[in-house]
Amino acid sequence: MGRRGKRRGDGMTPRALLEWVGAKGRAFVVAAPLAWLTLFFLLPFVVLAKISLSESAIARPPYLPIWEWAEGVLNVSLNFGNYLFLAEDPLYLMAYLGSLKIAAAATVITLLIGYPMAYVIARAPQHRRNILLMLVVLPFWTSFLLRVYAWIGILKGNGVINNVLMSMGVIDEPLVLLQTDFAVYLGIVYSYLPFMILPLYATLVKLDEALLEASADLGARPFVTFLNVTLPLSVPGIIAGSLLVFIPAVGEFVIPALLGGPDTLMIGSVLWNEFFSNRDWPVASAVAIVMLVVLVMPIAILQRTQSGKEEAN
Amino acid sequence: MRRSFSLRMTAFLGFVFLYAPILSLIIFSFNASKLVTVWGGFSTKWYAALLQDQQILDAAWVSLKVALMSATIATVIGTLASYALARFGRFPARMMLSGAVTAPLVMPEVIIGLSLLLLFVALESLVGWPAGRGVDTIVIAHATFGAAYATVVLGSRMGSLDRSIEEAAQDLGARPIRVFFDVTLPALAPALISAWLLVFTISLDDLVVASFVTGPGASTLPMVIFSKVRLGVSPEVNALATLIIVSISAVILVAAWQMQKSEAQSH
Repeated sequence: MGRRGKRRGDGMTPRALLEWVGAKGRAFVVAAPLAWLTLFFLLPFVVLAKISLSESAIARPPYLPIWEWAEGVLNVSLNFGNYLFLAEDPLYLMAYLGSLKIAAAATVITLLIGYPMAYVIARAPQHRRNILLMLVVLPFWTSFLLRVYAWIGILKGNGVINNVLMSMGVIDEPLVLLQTDFAVYLGIVYSYLPFMILPLYATLVKLDEALLEASADLGARPFVTFLNVTLPLSVPGIIAGSLLVFIPAVGEFVIPALLGGPDTLMIGSVLWNEFFSNRDWPVASAVAIVMLVVLVMPIAILQRTQSGKEEAN
Repeated sequence: MRRSFSLRMTAFLGFVFLYAPILSLIIFSFNASKLVTVWGGFSTKWYAALLQDQQILDAAWVSLKVALMSATIATVIGTLASYALARFGRFPARMMLSGAVTAPLVMPEVIIGLSLLLLFVALESLVGWPAGRGVDTIVIAHATFGAAYATVVLGSRMGSLDRSIEEAAQDLGARPIRVFFDVTLPALAPALISAWLLVFTISLDDLVVASFVTGPGASTLPMVIFSKVRLGVSPEVNALATLIIVSISAVILVAAWQMQKSEAQSH
């Protein structure tokens, strides 16, 4: 915006600057965002890897340097102890497996709920389609933290569900719903549903209706048509949507912290506690690096599907 | 026909699932009882209490500042990145750029937060910048992952843009930079607004990354809300949530309605 103002100005210097930017334009357009993202997104991972190899210490910052230059001698001390520590204490393995299990199951449930919704939206008449899409996107815009918080009031001992069931006489004692794994599944499915619906919708809406008609004309029943035509053609949407739910869900912190119980073991909360409660930055970094290694494959697959889509356009 | 009915029913229940928690949050913000979910009559006293709560007001101001700055920076970065990706074809570092703008979208927040904090600490001891942490470091963090969202929003719009107008301008002798400011940017205006609003709301909402990269003295609204709700439900938070959700929804709906109107006119 500021640059636009300069263009309108009559001063010679801004114009000269603009000419220069124009001449170097292409390089600038690539270099500026690349420099920002390299500095603040890629470089941090290098630092993260470095700290994961250092030793925890009572200092500011609370770790020892991994190299020291003293009298012409470079002393490098790489400490793999943090990784050994992760391997030895079963807590961490359980937390990684717990996160993967919860994220995978929640992704499947999200798909089962999201698919019919995306299908109905994609088949709705044009004017209604936009309204329905808006209804899907709107909760995504409003606060994630507050929407997770809303479930506390619904699930707790004297919350909405228990009050309704007790007043109807279905149950005599309040059900324990909050601080359970069930609540964590619910929270993930609820929060990430829009991420599933949108890519599914995008593939389903492009589906050629003539294919469905051809299948019906050849005598296939609607369900057979769905299994043999619609479902295979929507695989890209299924993959993209599932990964968009699964990857962030693995490292989720807010949902297990607010809805989960003491038995809910997720790696995001473990990392948080290592950092904020134990102040052990090197172990927290090692936890993050292992999480990255676990997630590298799914992230790469997602990148591939996205870039494939770009080229198709 | 039966099948289609059951399908619609499923979708309807899905929408109920999406909206019921939000509605209950709003309804109970007008509850006179402190027990939040046990109805004790209509009252607006929690809204009054909110305006007295200096901690929440301070945090709201910090969050608003952070969201305004990070949304603006992210939109500028996103515009450049999406323009490069959409218009420059193959160029060196293309893979790196497209990877660096899509990875933050799914990267778990705890990893983004921790790694950025470690970078800030390392930079401070190396070059003395950033001196301490607070609003500035939160802005940088939010602008970074916000840029990824902005690039996606702008990229999809850039892809569907009619390039013949740009080409016409170029044929008539306009320099690329002039074409960009006079043709491409105005055509992108709706997407620029969407991108800015999206980053603004995401920044306003972020708890995890901000908790890592902030320093003493800069508490954002989500951080204050989180510390309150960790101890249980609080009617004040319900009132605050209602204000946030209603105002964001209103802005989004008006923006969407305006864009649809202008799109209908341009056709």
